[in-house]
Amino acid sequence: MQRHLISAADLTRDDAVLILDTAEEMARVADRPIKKLPTLRGRTIVNLFFEDSTRTRISFEAAEKRLSADVINFTAKGSSVSKGESLKDTAQTLEAMGVDAVVIRHGASGAPYRLANSGWIDAAVINAGDGTHQHPTQALLDAFTMRRRLIGRDAGLGQDLSGRRITVVGDVLHSRVARSNVDLLHTLGAEVTLVAPPTLVPVGVENWPCEVSYDLDSTLPKCDAVMMLRVQRERMNAAFFPTEREYSRRYGLDGDRMARLPEHAIVMHPGPMVRGMEITAEVADSDRCTAVEQVSNGVSIRMAVLYLLLGGNEPAVTRPTGSEEK
Amino acid sequence: MDKHDTQANPQASDARPVLEGPDIARVLTRIAHEIVERAKGADDVVLLGIPTRGVFLAQRLAAKLEQITDRTVPVGSLDITMYRDDLRMHPPRALARTEIPGDGIDGRLVVLVDDVLFSGRTIRAALDALNDIGRPRAVQLAVLVDRGHRELPIRADYVGKNLPTSLRETVKVQLAEEDGRDTVLLGAKPAGH
Amino acid sequence: MSKILIRGAKVLGGEPQDVLIDGETIAEVGTGLSAEGAEVVEAGGKVLLPGLVDLHTHLREPGREDSETVLTGTRAAASGGYTAVFAMANTFPVADTAGVVEQVYRLGREHGYCDVQPIGAVTVGLEGRKLAELGAMHESAAGVTVFSDDGKCVDDAVIMRRALEYVKAFGGVVAQHAQEPRLTEGAQMNEGVVSAELGLGGWPAVAEESIIARDVLLAEHVGSRVHICHLSTAGSVEIVRWAKSRGIDVTAEVTPHHLLLTDELVRSYNPVYKVNPPLRTERDVMALREALADGTIDIVATDHAPHPHEDKDCEWAAAAMGMVGLETALSVVQETMVATGLLDWAGVADRMSVKPAQIGQAAGHGRPVSAGEPANLTLVDTEYRGQVDPAGFASRSRNTPYEGRELPGRVTHTWLRGKATLVDGKLT
Repeated sequence: MQRHLISAADLTRDDAVLILDTAEEMARVADRPIKKLPTLRGRTIVNLFFEDSTRTRISFEAAEKRLSADVINFTAKGSSVSKGESLKDTAQTLEAMGVDAVVIRHGASGAPYRLANSGWIDAAVINAGDGTHQHPTQALLDAFTMRRRLIGRDAGLGQDLSGRRITVVGDVLHSRVARSNVDLLHTLGAEVTLVAPPTLVPVGVENWPCEVSYDLDSTLPKCDAVMMLRVQRERMNAAFFPTEREYSRRYGLDGDRMARLPEHAIVMHPGPMVRGMEITAEVADSDRCTAVEQVSNGVSIRMAVLYLLLGGNEPAVTRPTGSEEK
Repeated sequence: MDKHDTQANPQASDARPVLEGPDIARVLTRIAHEIVERAKGADDVVLLGIPTRGVFLAQRLAAKLEQITDRTVPVGSLDITMYRDDLRMHPPRALARTEIPGDGIDGRLVVLVDDVLFSGRTIRAALDALNDIGRPRAVQLAVLVDRGHRELPIRADYVGKNLPTSLRETVKVQLAEEDGRDTVLLGAKPAGH
Repeated sequence: MSKILIRGAKVLGGEPQDVLIDGETIAEVGTGLSAEGAEVVEAGGKVLLPGLVDLHTHLREPGREDSETVLTGTRAAASGGYTAVFAMANTFPVADTAGVVEQVYRLGREHGYCDVQPIGAVTVGLEGRKLAELGAMHESAAGVTVFSDDGKCVDDAVIMRRALEYVKAFGGVVAQHAQEPRLTEGAQMNEGVVSAELGLGGWPAVAEESIIARDVLLAEHVGSRVHICHLSTAGSVEIVRWAKSRGIDVTAEVTPHHLLLTDELVRSYNPVYKVNPPLRTERDVMALREALADGTIDIVATDHAPHPHEDKDCEWAAAAMGMVGLETALSVVQETMVATGLLDWAGVADRMSVKPAQIGQAAGHGRPVSAGEPANLTLVDTEYRGQVDPAGFASRSRNTPYEGRELPGRVTHTWLRGKATLVDGKLT
């Protein structure tokens, strides 16, 4: 693995499977009376959040604390970052404090990449979502959830998602979740189809390793998982689609559409859900919807990533899966 | 750490066997009897193997205990990777499974099972790991080979074979479940290791 | 007045000749000229060009003297072989009155490194609503003939039409920064494969092309001429080519960076590559080179845009747009146009001196290297190859995309009306 986790595209198949397998073991820690491991004792991790995201920050914080790291939360929400110096200045302040890793959420695409590559800081950088670029731990927890549900907890170990068909529906244009998932799912051997109104698909998507469709109904009967992306109501004002009603009629997942999915297929959502927009309450609350599971899986995935990046003297070396290691 | 070291150079050509398949079966039978004797019937014993080969040894011991006592003996595995004291000296390793039997370990006699006892650091880590899982009545240690060179005040309660070694030697345990055959090999460390 | 004999210079890349400067004027061009009474500069096969003219420079003074001043900017110009630069109007205050343009003009004259010809704003405050006093700026001591809201597009079609019409009265020209504002809201880089992957707001080619198409049609309709700033896409080339074939009076410029760099560089998220218009694709770069060679694009203009370090040492979205260019322009043109065989040195003189002087009506600049002409000259060591080192820049800013890149050519001497501003690569 590389020293930083900036983009899901940076992960090899073996890296990704190692993270998923490690997360599976981490998940078992949650079942113990003492949900804590001493692994990162003495390491300092900063959660540097320039954008409000309580759920992601809490998830990272839980993962860090379960691994016994010292955690510093730095939330810069509301403070003006228009001038940009604040990122560099903050980075250098953290460097001076001797932090080992920075978990960064930033509204500007590429900010984590800059942080990792600008020479401002030596710490490992983990991208917790940057602009409309990447959110690699989200893609990993989504893949983890799929592997568990579609293959099984133990049966999934060492496995990728070869041949699984995943449909991602919604505002692809503005979605870092979509970008990260396309990259990672492709690496893991899955076939991805993006479904969105043409206005919410980026120009240049033709180079992505996936299919693009404008028609949800035709993709539903043949997918193993359908992932609904949040669609912000404000997009309506910028003429991406005419009305909320029309959007949900054409691209929302309701009970009728869910019934057209294969028996085993799951419904995923990275949250927060806009009920009545991209998903109806009936679907969101059904057994097939993994939204809540995704949240708890997020902690396991983030523990795995933190352990594999920071647990040793250098990032984990990926080996062919199944080999014997001690 | 000891585990790491014993796995080095597994195919050393000059390695010679110090225990063969029948020897291993015999010492495990002996250890099983010792456990029954010292634990006064072994009715609250839980065997926890340390991955990878300790788990297979624990399973074999459990089978032998069942033969002797005619009772099912709970057996599980305890991965100590996250508790190692040399984590910072190597890249992180893939984790092995920790599998605690259903009734847990509280108030039980836990017998840790490992293939080779060397520096003692693995067992130190295992004791820490146990601490996070529950509170056993007592903890004992069973190993197939004790090769000496302890770096911590730790000793085994049940030893298959005491094997005095030099630090320039390697001890390699092979088990049928993992390696296709049962043997313990003593070899020389490659130069420069 | 002093005499200077430039001995053995390849004038416009031709056979070596001697050029004698007497005072402010070229006295004689020939072989075996007498050095008597003259300071001798051994050219040793270097190429002699008319002093370069930049139709598109940001000198930042008044208002952003932390990034550049007229003095540092004109020193950078002299270092790059320029004898005249046109200073863009987006200063603080905006150069939309006779007072501001005269100030900039006088500062250039006083420093004496390079003639500074101010460009006047088309609209008051560059706001695109109300015409600035174009006539007053023209009649001022600065004698403004080029008007531009550069940095912003004159997007209102009626305002643009009126400006095109109005400047006909005194032979002015409107230089349009072609960028449809609505299509580029939140735009961060060229819209395409790379922007899709990087998640940076896309800046579509059509935002440039639609304005160019509209403006050439407006120019045709009102019988005026229009100049297109920093043309950057293959589609824009096609539109200008079509317009010229129709007889529309349009001229166009391309920047050195658009002749060399592509949006692939943005993958580094290094804001040194952030520029307006954005770096485009390889296909666009090739179309721009071809268009500059065949004359569809008339000139190279630097769009020299200095920014202080802190405005670039940050995340992409927060960074300022623009690159410095005066001190690397000729090298980039040599690399992209001469080394590729697309232009000879006479062609370079045409695109970087003669034509820009004509478009901007810079008297005494862009003239032939012949007896009786003003001695505005630059001498280039075309055999040189070296890495770009911004630490050596005369500009106050260092935001160059070429740091560490090996480029050919080095300007060793520049003369402004017979006075040396650069000698052996050192400013006087």
